[in-house]
Amino acid sequence: MSANVPGDLRYAKSHEWIRVSGDTATVGISDHAQHELTDVVFVELPAVGRRLKAGESCAVVESVKTASDIYAPVSGEVVAANTQLGPHPELVNSAPYGEGWFFKIKLAHPGELDRLLSPDDYLKQIAP
Amino acid sequence: MGLKRTPLDAAHQHLGARLIEFGGWQMPLYYTSIVQEHQAVRAAAGLFDVSHMGQIRARGPAAAEFLNGVLTNDLRKLPPGRGQYTLLCNERGGVVDDLYAFRTGPEEYLLITNASRLEADALRLEGRLAGCARRGDVDLENLSDHFGAVAVQGPKSAAFIDACFQPGPRAASGLRKNEIAPLHFMGQSLLVSRTGYTGEDGFEVIAPAQTMVALWNKVLEAGRPFGLKPAGLGARDTLRMEAAFPLYGHELDENTTPLEAGLGAFVALDKGDFTGRAALAGQKAAGPARTLVCFKMAERSAPPRPHYALWSAGAKPERLGEVTSGTQSPTLGVGIGMGYVPPPFAAANTAIAVEIRGRQTPAFVVPRPFYRRS
Repeated sequence: MSANVPGDLRYAKSHEWIRVSGDTATVGISDHAQHELTDVVFVELPAVGRRLKAGESCAVVESVKTASDIYAPVSGEVVAANTQLGPHPELVNSAPYGEGWFFKIKLAHPGELDRLLSPDDYLKQIAP
Repeated sequence: MGLKRTPLDAAHQHLGARLIEFGGWQMPLYYTSIVQEHQAVRAAAGLFDVSHMGQIRARGPAAAEFLNGVLTNDLRKLPPGRGQYTLLCNERGGVVDDLYAFRTGPEEYLLITNASRLEADALRLEGRLAGCARRGDVDLENLSDHFGAVAVQGPKSAAFIDACFQPGPRAASGLRKNEIAPLHFMGQSLLVSRTGYTGEDGFEVIAPAQTMVALWNKVLEAGRPFGLKPAGLGARDTLRMEAAFPLYGHELDENTTPLEAGLGAFVALDKGDFTGRAALAGQKAAGPARTLVCFKMAERSAPPRPHYALWSAGAKPERLGEVTSGTQSPTLGVGIGMGYVPPPFAAANTAIAVEIRGRQTPAFVVPRPFYRRS
Protein backbone atom coordinates (compact mmCIF):
# COMPACT_ATOMS: atom_id res chain seq x y z
CA MET A 1 0.00 0.00 0.00
CA SER A 2 1.36 3.42 -0.92
CA ALA A 3 0.05 6.30 1.15
CA ASN A 4 1.17 9.06 -1.18
CA VAL A 5 -2.16 10.86 -1.58
CA PRO A 6 -1.66 14.56 -2.46
CA GLY A 7 -4.06 16.88 -0.72
CA ASP A 8 -4.86 19.10 -3.71
CA LEU A 9 -6.47 16.34 -5.78
CA ARG A 10 -9.72 14.47 -5.83
CA TYR A 11 -9.95 10.73 -6.37
CA ALA A 12 -12.22 8.13 -7.91
CA LYS A 13 -12.89 4.78 -6.18
CA SER A 14 -11.23 3.22 -9.23
CA HIS A 15 -7.92 4.97 -8.35
CA GLU A 16 -7.88 7.81 -10.88
CA TRP A 17 -6.97 11.28 -9.60
CA ILE A 18 -8.06 14.63 -10.98
CA ARG A 19 -6.41 18.06 -10.64
CA VAL A 20 -8.73 20.93 -11.52
CA SER A 21 -7.52 24.20 -13.02
CA GLY A 22 -10.40 26.50 -13.97
CA ASP A 23 -12.68 24.63 -16.37
CA THR A 24 -10.15 21.96 -17.37
CA ALA A 25 -8.64 19.17 -15.34
CA THR A 26 -5.73 16.72 -15.57
CA VAL A 27 -6.33 13.01 -14.92
CA GLY A 28 -3.92 10.23 -13.94
CA ILE A 29 -3.73 7.20 -11.68
CA SER A 30 -2.71 7.24 -8.03
CA ASP A 31 0.58 6.15 -6.54
CA HIS A 32 -1.31 3.25 -4.94
CA ALA A 33 -2.56 2.16 -8.36
CA GLN A 34 0.85 2.30 -10.04
CA HIS A 35 2.35 0.40 -7.13
CA GLU A 36 -0.24 -2.37 -7.55
CA LEU A 37 0.40 -2.58 -11.30
CA THR A 38 4.19 -2.40 -11.04
CA ASP A 39 5.98 -2.06 -14.38
CA VAL A 40 3.76 -0.18 -16.83
CA VAL A 41 4.74 -1.16 -20.37
CA PHE A 42 2.08 0.55 -22.47
CA VAL A 43 -0.69 3.14 -22.11
CA GLU A 44 -3.56 3.57 -24.54
CA LEU A 45 -5.05 7.06 -24.25
CA PRO A 46 -8.35 8.52 -25.46
CA ALA A 47 -8.23 10.55 -28.65
CA VAL A 48 -8.20 14.33 -28.34
CA GLY A 49 -11.72 15.56 -29.05
CA ARG A 50 -13.44 12.49 -27.64
CA ARG A 51 -16.37 13.24 -25.35
CA LEU A 52 -16.40 11.17 -22.19
CA LYS A 53 -19.12 10.44 -19.66
CA ALA A 54 -18.21 10.13 -15.99
CA GLY A 55 -17.40 6.48 -15.25
CA GLU A 56 -16.80 5.60 -18.89
CA SER A 57 -13.84 3.35 -19.68
CA CYS A 58 -11.52 5.66 -21.63
CA ALA A 59 -7.93 4.41 -21.39
CA VAL A 60 -5.96 1.21 -20.81
CA VAL A 61 -2.83 0.72 -18.73
CA GLU A 62 -0.81 -2.37 -19.54
CA SER A 63 1.65 -3.84 -17.07
CA VAL A 64 3.78 -6.88 -17.80
CA LYS A 65 1.06 -9.12 -16.42
CA THR A 66 -2.29 -7.41 -17.10
CA ALA A 67 -4.30 -4.80 -18.90
CA SER A 68 -6.38 -2.47 -16.67
CA ASP A 69 -9.14 -0.13 -17.71
CA ILE A 70 -9.04 3.52 -16.67
CA TYR A 71 -12.35 5.32 -16.12
CA ALA A 72 -13.13 8.99 -16.69
CA PRO A 73 -13.70 10.52 -13.24
CA VAL A 74 -15.89 13.26 -14.77
CA SER A 75 -17.66 14.05 -18.03
CA GLY A 76 -16.14 16.29 -20.67
CA GLU A 77 -14.11 16.60 -23.84
CA VAL A 78 -10.53 15.34 -24.02
CA VAL A 79 -8.34 18.34 -24.88
CA ALA A 80 -4.89 16.78 -24.49
CA ALA A 81 -3.30 13.34 -24.14
CA ASN A 82 0.17 12.80 -22.67
CA THR A 83 2.25 11.83 -25.70
CA GLN A 84 5.30 11.24 -23.43
CA LEU A 85 3.69 8.00 -22.26
CA GLY A 86 4.28 6.49 -25.70
CA PRO A 87 8.09 6.39 -25.51
CA HIS A 88 8.14 6.44 -21.68
CA PRO A 89 5.30 4.41 -20.14
CA GLU A 90 7.44 4.03 -17.00
CA LEU A 91 6.61 7.65 -16.09
CA VAL A 92 3.33 6.31 -14.75
CA ASN A 93 5.36 4.42 -12.13
CA SER A 94 8.01 7.05 -11.41
CA ALA A 95 5.82 10.19 -11.46
CA PRO A 96 2.14 9.20 -11.20
CA TYR A 97 1.02 12.70 -10.11
CA GLY A 98 3.41 14.63 -12.37
CA GLU A 99 4.90 13.63 -15.70
CA GLY A 100 2.91 10.38 -15.68
CA TRP A 101 -0.43 12.22 -16.24
CA PHE A 102 -2.81 10.60 -18.76
CA PHE A 103 -5.06 13.23 -20.32
CA LYS A 104 -6.65 16.63 -19.82
CA ILE A 105 -10.39 17.11 -19.98
CA LYS A 106 -12.64 20.17 -20.32
CA LEU A 107 -15.27 19.75 -17.61
CA ALA A 108 -18.84 19.40 -18.87
CA HIS A 109 -20.43 19.37 -15.39
CA PRO A 110 -18.16 20.74 -12.62
CA GLY A 111 -20.76 19.57 -10.07
CA GLU A 112 -19.60 16.01 -10.72
CA LEU A 113 -16.42 16.77 -8.76
CA ASP A 114 -18.46 16.60 -5.56
CA ARG A 115 -19.12 12.91 -6.21
CA LEU A 116 -15.40 12.13 -6.06
CA LEU A 117 -13.43 11.18 -2.97
CA SER A 118 -11.49 13.65 -0.87
CA PRO A 119 -7.84 12.77 -0.18
CA ASP A 120 -8.86 11.55 3.31
CA ASP A 121 -11.66 9.35 1.97
CA TYR A 122 -9.37 7.88 -0.71
CA LEU A 123 -6.70 7.21 1.89
CA LYS A 124 -9.30 5.40 4.02
CA GLN A 125 -10.24 3.29 1.01
CA ILE A 126 -6.70 2.14 0.29
CA ALA A 127 -5.52 1.81 3.90
CA PRO A 128 -8.51 0.86 6.05
CA MET B 1 -9.80 -25.94 2.32
CA GLY B 2 -7.38 -23.10 1.62
CA LEU B 3 -4.42 -22.84 -0.71
CA LYS B 4 -1.43 -25.11 -0.25
CA ARG B 5 1.69 -23.36 1.01
CA THR B 6 5.27 -24.34 0.28
CA PRO B 7 7.85 -24.64 3.08
CA LEU B 8 9.08 -21.19 1.98
CA ASP B 9 5.74 -19.37 2.40
CA ALA B 10 6.88 -17.50 5.53
CA ALA B 11 10.11 -16.50 3.78
CA HIS B 12 8.14 -15.00 0.88
CA GLN B 13 5.93 -13.04 3.23
CA HIS B 14 8.96 -11.83 5.19
CA LEU B 15 10.43 -10.53 1.91
CA GLY B 16 7.20 -8.69 1.19
CA ALA B 17 6.23 -10.77 -1.83
CA ARG B 18 2.99 -10.11 -3.67
CA LEU B 19 1.31 -13.52 -3.37
CA ILE B 20 -1.04 -15.17 -5.86
CA GLU B 21 -2.75 -18.51 -6.39
CA PHE B 22 -1.09 -20.86 -8.87
CA GLY B 23 -2.10 -24.49 -9.42
CA GLY B 24 -3.73 -24.61 -5.98
CA TRP B 25 -0.67 -23.12 -4.26
CA GLN B 26 0.03 -19.73 -2.70
CA MET B 27 3.10 -18.51 -4.56
CA PRO B 28 5.07 -15.25 -4.93
CA LEU B 29 4.24 -13.38 -8.13
CA TYR B 30 7.04 -10.88 -7.45
CA TYR B 31 9.03 -9.43 -4.55
CA THR B 32 9.95 -6.00 -6.01
CA SER B 33 8.81 -6.06 -9.64
CA ILE B 34 8.55 -8.61 -12.43
CA VAL B 35 10.86 -6.60 -14.70
CA GLN B 36 13.51 -6.07 -12.00
CA GLU B 37 13.57 -9.77 -11.14
CA HIS B 38 13.65 -10.75 -14.81
CA GLN B 39 16.60 -8.45 -15.43
CA ALA B 40 18.41 -9.77 -12.34
CA VAL B 41 18.23 -13.31 -13.79
CA ARG B 42 19.60 -12.22 -17.15
CA ALA B 43 22.39 -10.09 -15.63
CA ALA B 44 23.33 -12.02 -12.48
CA ALA B 45 21.04 -14.58 -10.82
CA GLY B 46 17.56 -15.16 -9.46
CA LEU B 47 16.29 -17.58 -6.79
CA PHE B 48 12.90 -19.18 -7.39
CA ASP B 49 10.77 -21.31 -5.08
CA VAL B 50 9.61 -24.22 -7.25
CA SER B 51 8.40 -26.42 -4.39
CA HIS B 52 4.94 -26.53 -5.92
CA MET B 53 6.19 -28.86 -8.65
CA GLY B 54 5.61 -32.60 -8.31
CA GLN B 55 8.11 -35.41 -7.74
CA ILE B 56 7.15 -38.96 -8.70
CA ARG B 57 9.66 -41.79 -8.32
CA ALA B 58 9.66 -45.10 -10.20
CA ARG B 59 12.09 -47.81 -9.05
CA GLY B 60 12.75 -51.42 -9.91
CA PRO B 61 13.90 -53.71 -12.70
CA ALA B 62 10.89 -52.81 -14.89
CA ALA B 63 10.83 -49.08 -14.09
CA ALA B 64 12.60 -48.02 -17.30
CA GLU B 65 10.42 -50.23 -19.47
CA PHE B 66 7.27 -49.00 -17.75
CA LEU B 67 8.14 -45.31 -18.10
CA ASN B 68 9.40 -45.69 -21.66
CA GLY B 69 6.01 -47.14 -22.56
CA VAL B 70 4.22 -44.03 -21.38
CA LEU B 71 6.61 -41.07 -21.97
CA THR B 72 7.49 -39.81 -25.45
CA ASN B 73 11.27 -39.35 -25.23
CA ASP B 74 13.64 -42.33 -25.19
CA LEU B 75 14.57 -43.08 -21.60
CA ARG B 76 17.18 -45.63 -22.77
CA LYS B 77 19.38 -42.67 -23.70
CA LEU B 78 19.84 -41.82 -20.02
CA PRO B 79 22.84 -43.07 -18.09
CA PRO B 80 22.52 -42.78 -14.30
CA GLY B 81 22.88 -39.11 -13.35
CA ARG B 82 21.25 -37.63 -16.46
CA GLY B 83 17.80 -36.19 -17.24
CA GLN B 84 15.73 -35.41 -20.30
CA TYR B 85 12.74 -33.26 -21.20
CA THR B 86 9.82 -35.46 -22.13
CA LEU B 87 6.03 -35.55 -22.44
CA LEU B 88 3.22 -37.71 -21.15
CA CYS B 89 0.50 -38.09 -23.77
CA ASN B 90 -2.98 -39.53 -23.94
CA GLU B 91 -4.07 -42.10 -26.55
CA ARG B 92 -4.84 -39.32 -29.06
CA GLY B 93 -1.31 -37.93 -28.74
CA GLY B 94 -2.60 -34.95 -26.75
CA VAL B 95 -0.28 -33.70 -23.99
CA VAL B 96 -1.19 -34.64 -20.43
CA ASP B 97 1.98 -32.97 -19.09
CA ASP B 98 5.46 -31.89 -20.08
CA LEU B 99 8.07 -32.86 -17.53
CA TYR B 100 11.65 -33.81 -16.79
CA ALA B 101 12.68 -37.43 -16.25
CA PHE B 102 15.95 -37.98 -14.33
CA ARG B 103 17.69 -41.30 -13.98
CA THR B 104 18.82 -41.04 -10.37
CA GLY B 105 20.10 -44.63 -10.07
CA PRO B 106 20.63 -47.79 -12.15
CA GLU B 107 16.95 -48.70 -11.69
CA GLU B 108 15.56 -45.45 -10.34
CA TYR B 109 13.86 -42.53 -12.08
CA LEU B 110 12.52 -39.25 -10.75
CA LEU B 111 9.85 -37.34 -12.68
CA ILE B 112 9.47 -33.60 -12.06
CA THR B 113 5.96 -32.55 -13.05
CA ASN B 114 3.97 -29.34 -13.34
CA ALA B 115 2.14 -28.47 -10.12
CA SER B 116 -1.23 -28.25 -11.85
CA ARG B 117 -0.80 -31.65 -13.53
CA LEU B 118 0.63 -33.76 -10.68
CA GLU B 119 -2.70 -35.39 -9.87
CA ALA B 120 -3.49 -36.12 -13.52
CA ASP B 121 0.01 -37.56 -14.01
CA ALA B 122 -0.15 -39.75 -10.89
CA LEU B 123 -3.60 -41.09 -11.82
CA ARG B 124 -2.50 -41.91 -15.34
CA LEU B 125 0.73 -43.58 -14.26
CA GLU B 126 -0.97 -45.60 -11.49
CA GLY B 127 -3.76 -46.62 -13.84
CA ARG B 128 -1.31 -47.71 -16.48
CA LEU B 129 0.84 -49.61 -13.96
CA ALA B 130 -2.17 -51.50 -12.62
CA GLY B 131 -2.65 -53.02 -16.07
CA CYS B 132 1.05 -53.86 -16.58
CA ALA B 133 2.23 -57.47 -16.58
CA ARG B 134 5.45 -56.50 -14.81
CA ARG B 135 3.83 -54.25 -12.21
CA GLY B 136 5.42 -56.26 -9.42
CA ASP B 137 8.79 -55.04 -10.66
CA VAL B 138 7.92 -51.33 -10.46
CA ASP B 139 7.61 -49.34 -7.25
CA LEU B 140 5.81 -46.07 -8.11
CA GLU B 141 5.57 -43.39 -5.43
CA ASN B 142 4.37 -39.78 -5.34
CA LEU B 143 6.98 -38.07 -3.16
CA SER B 144 5.75 -34.51 -3.66
CA ASP B 145 4.64 -33.97 -0.08
CA HIS B 146 8.11 -34.79 1.22
CA PHE B 147 10.13 -32.49 -1.00
CA GLY B 148 10.55 -28.86 -1.88
CA ALA B 149 12.73 -27.34 -4.58
CA VAL B 150 14.41 -24.12 -5.63
CA ALA B 151 15.84 -22.95 -8.94
CA VAL B 152 18.96 -20.77 -9.08
CA GLN B 153 19.13 -19.23 -12.55
CA GLY B 154 21.46 -16.73 -14.21
CA PRO B 155 24.99 -16.33 -15.59
CA LYS B 156 26.49 -15.84 -12.10
CA SER B 157 24.87 -18.98 -10.61
CA ALA B 158 27.93 -21.19 -11.09
CA ALA B 159 30.09 -18.65 -9.25
CA PHE B 160 28.39 -19.16 -5.88
CA ILE B 161 26.48 -22.45 -6.09
CA ASP B 162 29.33 -24.55 -4.66
CA ALA B 163 29.42 -22.41 -1.51
CA CYS B 164 25.88 -23.65 -0.76
CA PHE B 165 26.87 -27.29 -0.33
CA GLN B 166 29.29 -29.29 1.77
CA PRO B 167 32.53 -30.12 -0.07
CA GLY B 168 32.53 -33.58 -1.63
CA PRO B 169 33.61 -35.67 -4.60
CA ARG B 170 31.31 -33.72 -6.93
CA ALA B 171 30.78 -30.00 -7.20
CA ALA B 172 27.52 -28.50 -8.45
CA SER B 173 29.47 -26.24 -10.80
CA GLY B 174 31.02 -29.35 -12.35
CA LEU B 175 27.66 -30.74 -13.47
CA ARG B 176 27.05 -30.63 -17.20
CA LYS B 177 23.74 -29.57 -18.67
CA ASN B 178 20.97 -32.07 -17.72
CA GLU B 179 23.20 -33.86 -15.23
CA ILE B 180 21.94 -34.55 -11.71
CA ALA B 181 23.85 -35.59 -8.61
CA PRO B 182 23.32 -35.94 -4.84
CA LEU B 183 25.11 -33.23 -2.86
CA HIS B 184 25.21 -32.68 0.87
CA PHE B 185 23.71 -29.82 2.82
CA MET B 186 23.46 -29.78 6.63
CA GLY B 187 24.04 -33.52 6.66
CA GLN B 188 21.14 -34.16 4.25
CA SER B 189 21.40 -35.51 0.73
CA LEU B 190 19.91 -33.14 -1.85
CA LEU B 191 19.55 -33.64 -5.60
CA VAL B 192 21.11 -30.90 -7.73
CA SER B 193 20.63 -30.71 -11.51
CA ARG B 194 22.01 -28.35 -14.13
CA THR B 195 18.64 -27.54 -15.60
CA GLY B 196 16.20 -24.66 -15.72
CA TYR B 197 13.30 -22.86 -17.35
CA THR B 198 14.80 -19.45 -18.09
CA GLY B 199 17.25 -19.89 -20.98
CA GLU B 200 20.16 -19.06 -18.64
CA ASP B 201 22.73 -21.31 -16.97
CA GLY B 202 21.45 -22.52 -13.64
CA PHE B 203 20.71 -25.23 -11.12
CA GLU B 204 17.63 -26.81 -9.61
CA VAL B 205 17.80 -28.30 -6.12
CA ILE B 206 15.34 -30.84 -4.69
CA ALA B 207 15.47 -31.08 -0.90
CA PRO B 208 13.47 -32.57 1.97
CA ALA B 209 10.71 -30.15 2.98
CA GLN B 210 12.19 -29.55 6.43
CA THR B 211 15.52 -28.41 4.91
CA MET B 212 14.01 -25.83 2.54
CA VAL B 213 14.16 -22.73 4.74
CA ALA B 214 17.83 -23.27 5.62
CA LEU B 215 18.62 -23.94 1.95
CA TRP B 216 16.81 -20.78 0.79
CA ASN B 217 18.69 -18.67 3.33
CA LYS B 218 22.03 -20.27 2.47
CA VAL B 219 21.60 -19.63 -1.25
CA LEU B 220 20.57 -16.01 -0.64
CA GLU B 221 23.59 -15.48 1.60
CA ALA B 222 26.00 -17.03 -0.92
CA GLY B 223 24.46 -15.32 -3.93
CA ARG B 224 23.66 -11.78 -2.79
CA PRO B 225 27.27 -10.55 -3.23
CA PHE B 226 26.98 -11.72 -6.87
CA GLY B 227 23.69 -9.90 -7.43
CA LEU B 228 21.30 -12.79 -6.66
CA LYS B 229 17.72 -11.67 -6.07
CA PRO B 230 14.64 -13.64 -5.07
CA ALA B 231 12.41 -13.96 -8.14
CA GLY B 232 8.74 -14.87 -8.45
CA LEU B 233 6.40 -16.55 -10.92
CA GLY B 234 5.92 -13.35 -12.89
CA ALA B 235 9.59 -13.25 -13.90
CA ARG B 236 9.61 -17.04 -14.35
CA ASP B 237 6.90 -16.58 -16.97
CA THR B 238 8.51 -13.67 -18.86
CA LEU B 239 11.88 -15.45 -18.83
CA ARG B 240 10.53 -18.73 -20.22
CA MET B 241 8.56 -16.81 -22.86
CA GLU B 242 11.73 -15.12 -24.10
CA ALA B 243 13.33 -18.59 -24.27
CA ALA B 244 10.20 -19.81 -26.15
CA PHE B 245 9.58 -22.63 -23.67
CA PRO B 246 6.01 -23.91 -23.56
CA LEU B 247 3.81 -23.60 -20.48
CA TYR B 248 1.18 -26.26 -19.84
CA GLY B 249 -2.28 -24.81 -20.13
CA HIS B 250 -1.05 -22.31 -22.72
CA GLU B 251 1.00 -23.95 -25.52
CA LEU B 252 0.20 -27.48 -24.32
CA ASP B 253 -3.04 -29.19 -23.31
CA GLU B 254 -4.79 -32.51 -23.79
CA ASN B 255 -5.99 -31.48 -27.25
CA THR B 256 -2.57 -30.41 -28.51
CA THR B 257 0.19 -32.76 -29.62
CA PRO B 258 3.93 -32.33 -29.14
CA LEU B 259 4.30 -32.24 -32.94
CA GLU B 260 1.97 -29.24 -33.24
CA ALA B 261 3.99 -27.56 -30.48
CA GLY B 262 7.28 -28.06 -32.33
CA LEU B 263 8.53 -30.62 -29.79
CA GLY B 264 9.10 -33.48 -32.24
CA ALA B 265 12.73 -33.75 -31.07
CA PHE B 266 11.38 -35.11 -27.77
CA VAL B 267 9.11 -37.71 -29.37
CA ALA B 268 10.99 -40.92 -30.17
CA LEU B 269 8.58 -42.59 -32.59
CA ASP B 270 11.17 -45.29 -33.34
CA LYS B 271 11.82 -46.45 -29.78
CA GLY B 272 8.90 -48.85 -29.64
CA ASP B 273 5.35 -48.42 -28.48
CA PHE B 274 4.24 -45.73 -26.01
CA THR B 275 0.89 -44.11 -25.21
CA GLY B 276 -0.15 -41.97 -28.15
CA ARG B 277 2.49 -43.30 -30.52
CA ALA B 278 0.07 -44.46 -33.22
CA ALA B 279 -1.78 -41.13 -33.25
CA LEU B 280 1.48 -39.16 -33.35
CA ALA B 281 2.96 -41.29 -36.13
CA GLY B 282 -0.21 -40.72 -38.13
CA GLN B 283 -0.06 -36.98 -37.55
CA LYS B 284 3.60 -36.87 -38.52
CA ALA B 285 2.87 -38.67 -41.80
CA ALA B 286 -0.08 -36.42 -42.65
CA GLY B 287 1.51 -33.24 -41.34
CA PRO B 288 -0.03 -31.37 -38.39
CA ALA B 289 -2.94 -29.07 -39.23
CA ARG B 290 -1.55 -26.30 -37.06
CA THR B 291 1.85 -25.31 -35.78
CA LEU B 292 3.18 -23.18 -32.93
CA VAL B 293 4.94 -19.98 -33.96
CA CYS B 294 6.81 -17.25 -32.15
CA PHE B 295 6.02 -13.70 -33.22
CA LYS B 296 7.10 -10.15 -32.42
CA MET B 297 5.00 -7.01 -32.59
CA ALA B 298 6.11 -4.90 -35.56
CA GLU B 299 5.83 -1.55 -33.80
CA ARG B 300 5.37 -0.05 -30.36
CA SER B 301 2.00 -1.34 -29.19
CA ALA B 302 0.14 -2.94 -26.34
CA PRO B 303 1.57 -6.40 -25.68
CA PRO B 304 -0.11 -9.54 -27.07
CA ARG B 305 -2.00 -11.55 -24.44
CA PRO B 306 -3.38 -15.10 -24.27
CA HIS B 307 -6.58 -15.60 -26.31
CA TYR B 308 -6.13 -12.51 -28.50
CA ALA B 309 -7.00 -13.56 -32.08
CA LEU B 310 -4.27 -13.94 -34.70
CA TRP B 311 -5.09 -12.86 -38.25
CA SER B 312 -3.29 -13.00 -41.57
CA ALA B 313 -2.10 -9.64 -42.93
CA GLY B 314 -3.36 -8.15 -46.16
CA ALA B 315 -6.61 -7.00 -47.72
CA LYS B 316 -8.81 -9.95 -46.68
CA PRO B 317 -7.60 -11.07 -43.25
CA GLU B 318 -8.21 -14.68 -42.30
CA ARG B 319 -8.46 -15.74 -38.67
CA LEU B 320 -5.47 -17.98 -38.05
CA GLY B 321 -5.71 -18.90 -34.39
CA GLU B 322 -5.09 -17.41 -30.96
CA VAL B 323 -2.22 -16.16 -28.87
CA THR B 324 -1.27 -18.79 -26.27
CA SER B 325 1.27 -16.68 -24.38
CA GLY B 326 2.30 -13.06 -24.76
CA THR B 327 3.99 -10.22 -22.91
CA GLN B 328 6.16 -7.15 -23.27
CA SER B 329 9.65 -8.66 -23.37
CA PRO B 330 11.82 -6.98 -20.72
CA THR B 331 15.01 -7.95 -22.57
CA LEU B 332 13.88 -7.06 -26.10
CA GLY B 333 11.66 -4.09 -25.26
CA VAL B 334 8.96 -5.22 -27.66
CA GLY B 335 5.80 -7.33 -27.46
CA ILE B 336 6.40 -11.04 -28.03
CA GLY B 337 4.06 -14.00 -28.15
CA MET B 338 3.38 -17.56 -29.24
CA GLY B 339 0.34 -19.02 -30.88
CA TYR B 340 -0.93 -21.71 -33.26
CA VAL B 341 -1.40 -20.99 -36.97
CA PRO B 342 -1.93 -23.13 -40.07
CA PRO B 343 1.48 -24.31 -41.39
CA PRO B 344 1.45 -22.02 -44.48
CA PHE B 345 1.69 -19.05 -42.12
CA ALA B 346 4.54 -20.43 -40.00
CA ALA B 347 7.54 -19.29 -42.04
CA ALA B 348 9.85 -16.71 -40.44
CA ASN B 349 9.01 -13.12 -41.40
CA THR B 350 5.40 -13.95 -42.29
CA ALA B 351 3.39 -10.81 -41.58
CA ILE B 352 0.42 -11.41 -39.27
CA ALA B 353 -1.81 -9.28 -37.09
CA VAL B 354 -2.77 -9.57 -33.43
CA GLU B 355 -6.26 -8.36 -32.62
CA ILE B 356 -5.84 -6.06 -29.62
CA ARG B 357 -9.05 -4.51 -28.36
CA GLY B 358 -10.68 -4.79 -31.77
CA ARG B 359 -7.72 -3.45 -33.75
CA GLN B 360 -5.47 -5.45 -36.09
CA THR B 361 -2.00 -4.72 -34.76
CA PRO B 362 0.92 -5.71 -37.03
CA ALA B 363 3.33 -8.48 -36.01
CA PHE B 364 5.61 -10.95 -37.77
CA VAL B 365 6.69 -14.56 -37.24
CA VAL B 366 10.21 -15.03 -35.91
CA PRO B 367 12.34 -18.14 -35.39
CA ARG B 368 12.54 -19.47 -31.83
CA PRO B 369 13.85 -18.60 -29.36
CA PHE B 370 13.40 -14.85 -28.96
CA TYR B 371 16.44 -14.74 -26.70
CA ARG B 372 19.43 -17.01 -26.49
CA ARG B 373 22.38 -16.63 -24.15
CA SER B 374 25.37 -16.06 -26.45
